[in-house]
Amino acid sequence: MEDRTHIRVQNLNVFYRQQQILKDITLNIPDRKITAIIGPSGCGKTTLLKSFNRLVDSIEGVRISGQVLVDDENILDPRNEVTHIRKKMGLLLQKPYPLPMSIYDNVAYGPRIHGIKEKKRLDEMVERYLKKASLWPEVRERLRQPASMLSVGQQQRLCLARGLAVEPEIILGDEPTSALDPQSSQRIEQTFFELKQDYTIVIVTHILRQARRMADYVIFLYLGELIEQGPAAEIFENPRQELTREYIKGLIS
Amino acid sequence: MERRNVEEKIFKGLMRVSTLLILFSLLLILLTMAVKGLPFLSLAMITQTPQGGYYLGKGGGILNAILGSLYLAGGATFLAILFSLPVALYVNLYARPDSRSVSLCRFILDVLCGVPSIVYGAFGFTIMVFFGLRASLLGGILAIALLILPMMIRSMDEVIRLVPRELLESSYALGATRLETAVKIVVRQSLPGILTAVLIALGRGIGDAAAVIFTTGFTDAIPTSLLRPAATLPLAIFFQLSVPIREVQGRAYASALILTILVLVISLAARLLSKKLTRHVVK
Repeated sequence: MEDRTHIRVQNLNVFYRQQQILKDITLNIPDRKITAIIGPSGCGKTTLLKSFNRLVDSIEGVRISGQVLVDDENILDPRNEVTHIRKKMGLLLQKPYPLPMSIYDNVAYGPRIHGIKEKKRLDEMVERYLKKASLWPEVRERLRQPASMLSVGQQQRLCLARGLAVEPEIILGDEPTSALDPQSSQRIEQTFFELKQDYTIVIVTHILRQARRMADYVIFLYLGELIEQGPAAEIFENPRQELTREYIKGLIS
Repeated sequence: MERRNVEEKIFKGLMRVSTLLILFSLLLILLTMAVKGLPFLSLAMITQTPQGGYYLGKGGGILNAILGSLYLAGGATFLAILFSLPVALYVNLYARPDSRSVSLCRFILDVLCGVPSIVYGAFGFTIMVFFGLRASLLGGILAIALLILPMMIRSMDEVIRLVPRELLESSYALGATRLETAVKIVVRQSLPGILTAVLIALGRGIGDAAAVIFTTGFTDAIPTSLLRPAATLPLAIFFQLSVPIREVQGRAYASALILTILVLVISLAARLLSKKLTRHVVK
């Protein structure tokens, strides 16, 4: 089966003040697959991820050049409305940050700001996406309680449901399991496997084993440069670059 | 004993002494008011306006000043919130973070916090003269609003700054605009702190005498119009205290007690209210 490309990055450069964070990145992210961005700390993984939904814009002193095409639309084009681009992507951060409201309102927040007001429809969406994030059975009896009362693992799944509720095509995860205990991490990973039927998933991870378990496609960054990209099996079993080989063996970090 | 342990002990002791000293002074103030004021506190004081010769020891109360102060501080606080919240949100969410203009803005506000209230009074008075206004409740509200604005903005600014960046990103990532994020997330998350900021400002506003002395004037009548002078508690205390009659001076302390209780009641009510409103705050 020929993979359709969902996100196409062309000659992306990101500068922060005098420093170049990403150097001439060109890559393709396949549709409805799990893509893992791996590489040592400070290599620009998170910056790359955040340039997909233009959260890099909000950082002071950042300059960007190049193109990020999602469905053949350049999202870095300043004429494109940023809220529209972000609606296409759900984001999971390293640590869950539930919004200061109830569990229900957390999930309904996105739909509400995008104009859905009918209670019945919202109820339905909240239930559907809590189920998708496999949180529903645990919270169905206490939807009106503050989201901050959930455990960290549950909060991360709530954040996932919240992201899914804006009906994105892409899920971005910035080390989404790094603050979670092993069991909660496993549940998130499991949920991602279920979600990849309908969504393109991009995760940043520094845990190689996690990348091995989850990824269909791997992107290896080193010091802001793209070293290698390709199907997970290829990268892990038979990397073409010496640097990739060393990283995977754990010789560099 | 090791030197570091001795250090630890000494500094712990010093902190204890400071804490006790402060608590003791506050208690002393409250006690003085209670001891000197309670015997003169009566129902008439809070239900009647001054009768002829009140300041010479005749009957009546200070209802005029109680209401005047409430209107004045309430109006000024309301006005100040209307301006403080947008400024604090702008500085933190819209302006480029830590840019020079933002630092300058914070610096100027800090300086303004230190300006004595009489200067705000004089400033307000000058403006009023320019527009041909008399001393009035409105003039006082404006002067007090100006006085409490800088500190209200700065304290709101400090709490809004504490909202985690990731929380904002979470909201932006869902496609929310800055305004939606500001109103629905930031204000909610920092509500307890915003409330504290408002209360501190209110307390400062209701207790200030210097800013109202020219701008609001004084009258024995209950305030009924924004354009008429109004009585205020701090001035009522001041006038009563400067009369060399024991009875009247006692009432001054009773008035101070009323003012303190007023602030206390407002604070407690606001705290209770905030408990209800802030159960969603993320820690």
